[in-house]
Amino acid sequence: MTAAFLSLQRVHKSFALADGPLPVLQDINLNIRQGEFVSIVGGSGCGKSTLLRLLVGLEEASGGSLLLENEPIRGTDLARGIVFQDHRLYPWLTVEDNVLLALANAPLSKAQRHELVQEHLALVGLSGFAKAWPSQLSGGMSQRVAIARGLVNRPKVLLLDEPFGALDALTRAQLQDELARIWLAEGITTVLVTHDVDEAVLLGDRVVVMEPRPGRIRRVVEVNLPHPRRRDQLELVQLRQDILQDFSHSPNTALA
Amino acid sequence: MALLSLISRYDWRGWVLPLALLLVWTLSTAFDWVDTRLLASPLAVLSAFSKAALSGELWVDLSASLIRNLNGFALGVLAGLLFGGLLGLSRQAEHWIGPTFHALKQIALFAWIPLLSAWFGFGEPAKVTFIALAVFYPVALNTFEGIRSVRRELYEVAQVLRLSPLQRLRYLVLPSAAPALFTGLHLGLIYAWLATLGAEYFFSAAPGIGNSMIDGREHFHMDQVLYGLMVVGAVGLLLNRLAQSLERRLLRWRDHR
Repeated sequence: MTAAFLSLQRVHKSFALADGPLPVLQDINLNIRQGEFVSIVGGSGCGKSTLLRLLVGLEEASGGSLLLENEPIRGTDLARGIVFQDHRLYPWLTVEDNVLLALANAPLSKAQRHELVQEHLALVGLSGFAKAWPSQLSGGMSQRVAIARGLVNRPKVLLLDEPFGALDALTRAQLQDELARIWLAEGITTVLVTHDVDEAVLLGDRVVVMEPRPGRIRRVVEVNLPHPRRRDQLELVQLRQDILQDFSHSPNTALA
Repeated sequence: MALLSLISRYDWRGWVLPLALLLVWTLSTAFDWVDTRLLASPLAVLSAFSKAALSGELWVDLSASLIRNLNGFALGVLAGLLFGGLLGLSRQAEHWIGPTFHALKQIALFAWIPLLSAWFGFGEPAKVTFIALAVFYPVALNTFEGIRSVRRELYEVAQVLRLSPLQRLRYLVLPSAAPALFTGLHLGLIYAWLATLGAEYFFSAAPGIGNSMIDGREHFHMDQVLYGLMVVGAVGLLLNRLAQSLERRLLRWRDHR
């Protein structure tokens, strides 16, 4: 077996509360290959977002190890990009400057930076909006800018924290297709956290199903279907039904 | 037609009350309904004003007041920005000095006058210090609150993008704090003008628009008092407009909603 690109071993996380520690993640073991697209799906409170925050380095694990290319993950790093559920653009910067901000410390000339920004705005289909203010964009467009910002540093891993969760169904479907296209074009290792089983199976090479209290992995489902996929593919529909079964047993683990 | 639509579109309602007051004022002085020694007629005020303007007396007073105002404002802003910035950026500073600051700001501005006059006398230094003190509180408080208003979510973006402390200040903290900062400067500008007049009333006599009004009262020149009042109002309005247009320019990004 080849060494994992991104590896989580016996990862444990608990939050310190007034009445003692509250375990949110327990014994998470997961190995992710280079270039792989892994979806993590689960209901609210299963710790999936916390898991992503550990990977990006905004939180520290209470135990176990997280390794990227055999190097322990400590703090944030440009090698790990993230797109949050809320776009988190800086409202006082134009679209272009928001993406440029990610290159603030890149050892590049001004011209190179601008070229990279233009290239990534084009990648997310927003070439004409470089000078627009975030407040002038729709939710879907804002999220595209956030994706461009997450990619512009050419990170080794792209982390997506329910990136389309706040969008309407039509925009969400459109952006899912675009994400599949971008991922195929860039070949970047991607971890997507979502509560949407459809989204998880549509995009993921593997789907990690989590269950709550404390958050742990219930099972990992392989999606052996070539990309890009069609939503109405029979195998996909069957997989979705299969995974949804996991959530139908107990009502308090139902999906949001 | 174009003129008509311009007239109908312009909101003239705000002019009704001042014009009515002017009318009542004119009539009451013209028909001696009031003692003109206590309320000079609009025409008398206008002629006193033009006399003072032509003789240059008005400009001496006005420029003296404005320079005093700006000196105090600059000093107060500098101190307020530094202090508010320190309090906002350093938790330690907040723990050690914050409570004292919040307690001291409860003291009414005019209550400082006896202390200031004991320390700085009655001359220009006392006046400028008094104005600076008036400016200091709103500027310091709003700077502090502005810096503290940085959203956690946006701070995390700065962490993820590995921005240096200086870059965080430039791209995140300052823009986040800018609206509050401007509120502070704006309030400071209003308070400075208020304090300038106060300083001229309470400290020793020297050229100044407030002083010329006191002179007017002492010599029973109500026309002088009244035009002084109008000049003070006009300057206040102008300073306010200036601050607003500056604010709008620098916070352009907020207009696109």
